Amino acid sequence: MELFVDIKKKLSGFTLDVSFETKKGVLGLLGASGSGKSMTLKCIAGIEKPDKGRIILNDRVLFDSDKGINMPCRLRKVGYLFQNYALFPNMTVEENIGFALNDRHKEERKRIVREKIEMMRLEGLEKRYPSQLSGGQQQRVALARALTIEPEVLLLDEPFSALDDHLRAFLTKQLIDTLSDYKGVTLFVTHNMEEAYKICDGLMVLKGGSAEALGDTINIFERPPTVAAAQLTGCKNFSKARYLSQNELMADDWGIKLVTGEIISKNIDTVGIRANYIKEASETNSENVFPCWPSFVSEGPFRVTIYLSIGKKKTNSEKYHLQWEISKEKWFHIKDTPLPWKIYLNPEKIMLFDKG
Amino acid sequence: MDYSPLWISINTSLCATLITFFLGIAAAWFLAWYRGRLKGVIDSIFTLPMVLPPTVVGFMLLVIFGRYGPVGKILNYVGIQIIFSWPATVIAATAVAFPMMYKTAKGAFEQIDRNLIYAARTLGVSEWRIFWKVTVPLAWPGIAAGSVLSFARALGEFGATLMIAGNIPGKTQTIPIAIFFSAQGGEMDKAILWVVLIFVISLIVMILMNHWNEYQRKKIMSTGRQ
Repeated sequence: MELFVDIKKKLSGFTLDVSFETKKGVLGLLGASGSGKSMTLKCIAGIEKPDKGRIILNDRVLFDSDKGINMPCRLRKVGYLFQNYALFPNMTVEENIGFALNDRHKEERKRIVREKIEMMRLEGLEKRYPSQLSGGQQQRVALARALTIEPEVLLLDEPFSALDDHLRAFLTKQLIDTLSDYKGVTLFVTHNMEEAYKICDGLMVLKGGSAEALGDTINIFERPPTVAAAQLTGCKNFSKARYLSQNELMADDWGIKLVTGEIISKNIDTVGIRANYIKEASETNSENVFPCWPSFVSEGPFRVTIYLSIGKKKTNSEKYHLQWEISKEKWFHIKDTPLPWKIYLNPEKIMLFDKG
Repeated sequence: MDYSPLWISINTSLCATLITFFLGIAAAWFLAWYRGRLKGVIDSIFTLPMVLPPTVVGFMLLVIFGRYGPVGKILNYVGIQIIFSWPATVIAATAVAFPMMYKTAKGAFEQIDRNLIYAARTLGVSEWRIFWKVTVPLAWPGIAAGSVLSFARALGEFGATLMIAGNIPGKTQTIPIAIFFSAQGGEMDKAILWVVLIFVISLIVMILMNHWNEYQRKKIMSTGRQ
C-alpha cells in the first residue's frame, strides 16, 4: 500500500504546494484552518483538480498533469469521511451503507451491509434515518459506508470536530481500533495537536499551503523543525535569540541568558520552550533559574496556565513573557509561596530554531 | 356553450409543465454546477421571460418560429407550420413558465450540501444515479413547487399565446383568450363564467400546493429528511 502525492494548486490567498509519500498506517495532516489540509484530501479524492503534479496510489495514476490524466472521482477507490459525515438524509442507515453496492447481487449486497453493520456495532439502527442518530453513530455509519468500496486509501477530514468533548476521547480510541484492522493508507486531517499525537504514526504540519514539517509524529513533537511547526504542535513560548557561545544564547524578548543542551548555531533566530516543560526551581538547579511574577492566571478545571513576567514585576497586567502550565495541585501549592517565584528552564527541553 | 377553451387550456398547460419540468431541471442543474464566467449572463437569459412583457416574448417566438425564422424555415421545409396551430400555444406557455421551474429548481439544488454529492462520487456511483437517488429526492419540495408555479403560469398565459397562436376557437383559443374576446364582444356572461373557472382552478392548485408543503414539512420532522 503506497500513496504518492506531489501537487500544486493556486487558491485564493495561498498556493497549495505539498509533496509526500506514505506507505502504511496513519499520516496526519496538522494545520490551522486555511492551511490547505482539506484541499489536499479533496485533490486526492478527485473532488478538486490540482493545477499541476502527480498523485499515484498503489501503481495506479490518479492524476498526472504532464500526461493529462485525471481519473474521475468514482474510479479512484478512495474512502472519504467528511467533517459533517455527509450521510444521505433521505436514506436509512442500511441504504446509506449499501449505496455504493447497487451493481452487486442482492444477496451479496445484504451480506456486505450486514458485515459492516456488525463491524461498526450499528445493530438495531438499520432502519433509522441519519437525523435520528447521535454524532458518534453518524460517524460510524459514514465510516462503514466509506469502507464498503474497499478503499485503497482512507481520507478522514476532521472526523471529531462535530462531536462533544466527552465523546471525543472514546471515539478516538474506537477509531484507532478500526484503523488498526484497515490495511490501507489513512490520511487524517486535524487542527487538534492532541488528536494528531494520539492517532497518527506520521505527521505533516501544514502552514499557508506548504509543509513545515514531515516525518515521524513523536520526532516532530520532540524536535519541531520550524517555529510554525512548534506552534502547531502546541508550543506557546518563543523569543528572538542571539548567539553568545556554543551553549549559551541571549533570549531578547525574555531579557535572559539561557544555557542550552543542544549546540547553538551562529544562525540562531528563535528559541522556544513548551509551557508544561517549565518547572519550579529546586536547590540543585544552578543554571537557567529566573525570578518571575505572575501577570495573570487562567484557571481551567484541572490545569492552570500562569502568564509570567521575568525579572521584574509588570505594572501592565496584559504583558507577559512566558506561559507556564501546571496541574491544579501544583497551583494550590505554589499560589501561597512568596514572590518572586523561581522557575527553571531545563536546557535539554529548550528548542532552537535557525534563520531560514 | 362551447367548453373547448377549458380542454385546450388544460392540455396546453399540462404539456407545457411537462416540457418545462425537464428543461428547467436540466438548466438549473447545469447552472448550479457551472463555474464559468458567463454564469450571470446565462442566468439572466433564463430568467428573462419572467420579467419581459409577454408580447415581447411572443414577438421573439414569432421571429424564431415564423415562416422565415430559423426554426420556422426548417419546419416549413418538412411541411410543418407551427404558427397559429395548437403546438404554438404550448410553445408560448412553455417559454413563459420556464423561468418558474428553472428558478425554484436552481434554488433547491443550491441548498443541497455539496459534500453529499462529493460523498456519492467517492462511492463509485454514476452521476446519473446520484442525480436520481440523491439530488432529486433532496430537491423534491423545490422541484414540486416549481412545477405547480409553472402550471399556474402556463394556464394564465395570454399575450405570447395570442401573438403566435392567435384566436382560433376549438384549436388555439385558451381560457384567457376566450375571456378577452368575450369581453370585447360584449358577451359578459360568457366572460364571467371563464373568469370564475380560471379563478377556481388556480385557487385549487395553490391550496393543494400549500397542503402538500405542510405535509412535506411534517414528514421532514418525523423522518428527518433535511
